[in-house]
Amino acid sequence: MHEMAISESIVQIIEQQAEAQNFSSVRTVWLEIGRFAGIEVEALRFTFEVVSRNSVADGSSLEIIEIPGSAWCMECGKNVDIQQRFDPCPECGSFQVQVSGGDGMRIKELEVN
Amino acid sequence: MCTVCGCGEGETRIEGHDHEEHARGHDHSHHHPHSHDHGHDHHHYGQGPARAHAPGLDQQRMVQIEQDILGKNDRYAAGNRQWFADRGILALNLVSSPGSGKTSLLTATLDALAGELPLAVIEGDQETSNDADRIRATGVPALQINTGKGCHLDAHMVGHAVESLEPAEGSVLFIENVGNLVCPAAFDLGEAHKVAILSVTEGEDKPIKYPDMFHAADLVILNKVDLLPYLQFDVAKCLEYAHRVKPGVQVLQLSATSGEGMENWLQWIRMTRQTRLIGHPALQTQSAAAPA
Repeated sequence: MHEMAISESIVQIIEQQAEAQNFSSVRTVWLEIGRFAGIEVEALRFTFEVVSRNSVADGSSLEIIEIPGSAWCMECGKNVDIQQRFDPCPECGSFQVQVSGGDGMRIKELEVN
Repeated sequence: MCTVCGCGEGETRIEGHDHEEHARGHDHSHHHPHSHDHGHDHHHYGQGPARAHAPGLDQQRMVQIEQDILGKNDRYAAGNRQWFADRGILALNLVSSPGSGKTSLLTATLDALAGELPLAVIEGDQETSNDADRIRATGVPALQINTGKGCHLDAHMVGHAVESLEPAEGSVLFIENVGNLVCPAAFDLGEAHKVAILSVTEGEDKPIKYPDMFHAADLVILNKVDLLPYLQFDVAKCLEYAHRVKPGVQVLQLSATSGEGMENWLQWIRMTRQTRLIGHPALQTQSAAAPA
């Protein structure tokens, strides 16, 4: 359940931004969550709702943009899409793949009042 | 709430971390100047949900954030990493599921290395100081962090813990994370290496069941190998899975209880520390003090 800590970080960033960019409430939060970011989206929604209560993000809705997993295959040198960290290269079957995308998570933008 | 760095205490308790200490100042900096590279505080009328330029909709606007959610933790981790580097400290983040024998491995390691290297331990558990008490019984300084409802240590807790613990220059700092193969993978503590510990009483497919953690680890320890004759654990399969998730990862097989294979692990610690200390004054001091 580290989604709780992640939700707290999201609310913290939004609170800081509210002060810096002068808004008082948030309607929608767009998040980019990588496939390998280790985030369970339903747990994130649940904890965000709890953690954002009485903050500027109270009642806001979460829009999740899933970033697919991508990797570079050391055997065949191609950039490939993978579903899981331990997936072999779909082109040549090698397990020598280096994850190159989909392991991050960011707050992309907010719709505010 | 801590007034200097603004850290909410929540349910986390760090032994020796009195929030009043901030009044006296501490050397772990909480001022992490971070750039907000957006600078968009103009209004984006055309970017509303309907993508429409309707008059009278100026109450709503879009704000670009583009910030890493773990950015704050990562900044604290970078601060810790620098702090360790300046002091020639090798910090190892030990991660595993509960019951893998992490604390037994740690006490056996401390018993073997005490007197040879300066050592220190940070213990992370949800509750109790039992583990730190077990460590202190070996004579090595240890500090307990209780995470309360939390499921992992974060870089900020570790930053406060090292202030109180004050590990010696050139020491090996073991950070025993909360027993959990999921959450600690995402939180960099500023360690030099994550060491994942897996025991043969667990399933050999743990590396692919918890790929994030095994991917993040630089060393895998397969513990309790003295029990292999009584179990159905397929070591070759386990190694294959570990290499799928992290090609080329080093795996050490040992038993903290019987001592089998322990020397390899101790040697790994010695060599890793030596490598980090090349060119650091702490190494010179130590070799000068060592008997000829």
